[in-house]
Amino acid sequence: MPLLIRSLNKRGSPLASGKEQVRLLEAPNGFPRFDETIAVAGLHPLTGTLITVFQINVGKLCNQTCRHCHVDAGPDREESMSRETAEMCLAALARTQIPTVDITGGAPELNPSFRRLVEGSRRLGRRVIDRCNLSVLLIPSQAGLPAFLAAHEVEIIASLPSFSAAQTDAQRGEGVFEKSIEALRLLNSLGYGREGSGLTLNLITNPVGAFIPPSQKSQEAHFKSRLAREHGVVFNSLYTITNMPISRFLEFLLESGNYEAYMHRLVTAFNPEAAAGVMCRYTLSVGWDGRLYDCDFNQMLDLPMDHGAPNHIRDFDPDRLHRRRIVTGNHCYGCAAGAGSSCGGTIA
Amino acid sequence: MDTYYHPKDLGHFADMGKGNPALWEKFMAYYGAVFAEGALTEREKALIALAVAHTVQCPYCIDAYTQASLQKGSNLEEMTEAVHVACAIRGGASLVHGVQMRNVAGKISM
Repeated sequence: MPLLIRSLNKRGSPLASGKEQVRLLEAPNGFPRFDETIAVAGLHPLTGTLITVFQINVGKLCNQTCRHCHVDAGPDREESMSRETAEMCLAALARTQIPTVDITGGAPELNPSFRRLVEGSRRLGRRVIDRCNLSVLLIPSQAGLPAFLAAHEVEIIASLPSFSAAQTDAQRGEGVFEKSIEALRLLNSLGYGREGSGLTLNLITNPVGAFIPPSQKSQEAHFKSRLAREHGVVFNSLYTITNMPISRFLEFLLESGNYEAYMHRLVTAFNPEAAAGVMCRYTLSVGWDGRLYDCDFNQMLDLPMDHGAPNHIRDFDPDRLHRRRIVTGNHCYGCAAGAGSSCGGTIA
Repeated sequence: MDTYYHPKDLGHFADMGKGNPALWEKFMAYYGAVFAEGALTEREKALIALAVAHTVQCPYCIDAYTQASLQKGSNLEEMTEAVHVACAIRGGASLVHGVQMRNVAGKISM
């Protein structure tokens, strides 16, 4: 019998609460607080720069229930962005020159306004990224989705932790690797990931366990070689991303007895260069309900924009977002460890 | 001392520098250079180290290079194959010495 994982929310876990996660993360643990560490590096208070990424998290509904998911997404989640909020996002976007729209979830494609967001953003001339779990492309109700993405030249950033079925399935659920390969072949057949097609297919790998990711460059070569040789799959770039110690990954760390060692690993790997380039500085993160955050991780910890910055899309004011003070906490060590981590891979 | 090996001792490896800092620094500089990316990748070197760790049966090294191999992007399948390489060479080394056994036995036997 496959292990049935339900969301923390559905199980009524205390970790479903952002407040409880923050309490755990901020409790004295024998290491310096993130704010103290960035102060030593001359980066406190961390402030925003020019926003170049408009990231929209359309909700927590997903067809998968990955063990490391920082969103606590799954089929049992119902939070989903309304058409009205999606329109507010497009109206806000139109008031700016922000070049990139990054749509995430959950499985963002399952939101009824997903295609409207893609079309509206493309009409405004913006680059659009779909953070795709791959298996969603095979769901019968999503027939035509790959062709839609290709027609609008949407850049796909797809999650695939490993070229090993055992590792991928251990993180993302039984049978997910096989579906992911099938979806990658489908995307390749449309031109995605192929030189000269103009259709970009990038992969994201998160470590399948309590360790920080390897070198992005060497891992990309390894992935390309194995996926091409064993599955005939091609892609453009590989991004390595550190697992944040929040939500279901936090649950894994606590239950497996790895929490303290993992935090120690992140803290000792703190890299000032990575901290200076963290994605929250140039990202606006919009939640499914229209609330504004400095990043998707703060969104999941229920830490909206603060320090005087507007915190709902209806109050969107680009002038007040640049140079805003960013809400930080000990979870931020995850983005500043080693070579750093962002939605676009390593930083330093 | 209730056991010769203790996992926490790995964290005290640098204490070996206290007896002779100059030799320790030379060793660590060499060690760091050996494991840096070169003609072989850091990932490949960690896998070799993992195999050797099993050959010398050092629990500290097995702990360290299991973690290093995962962190450098190897998976359990690759790491298991590396350990089998160590096992095959160890076993093969025993077996190939059987030729000596055969030589000696051949010389004194009718």
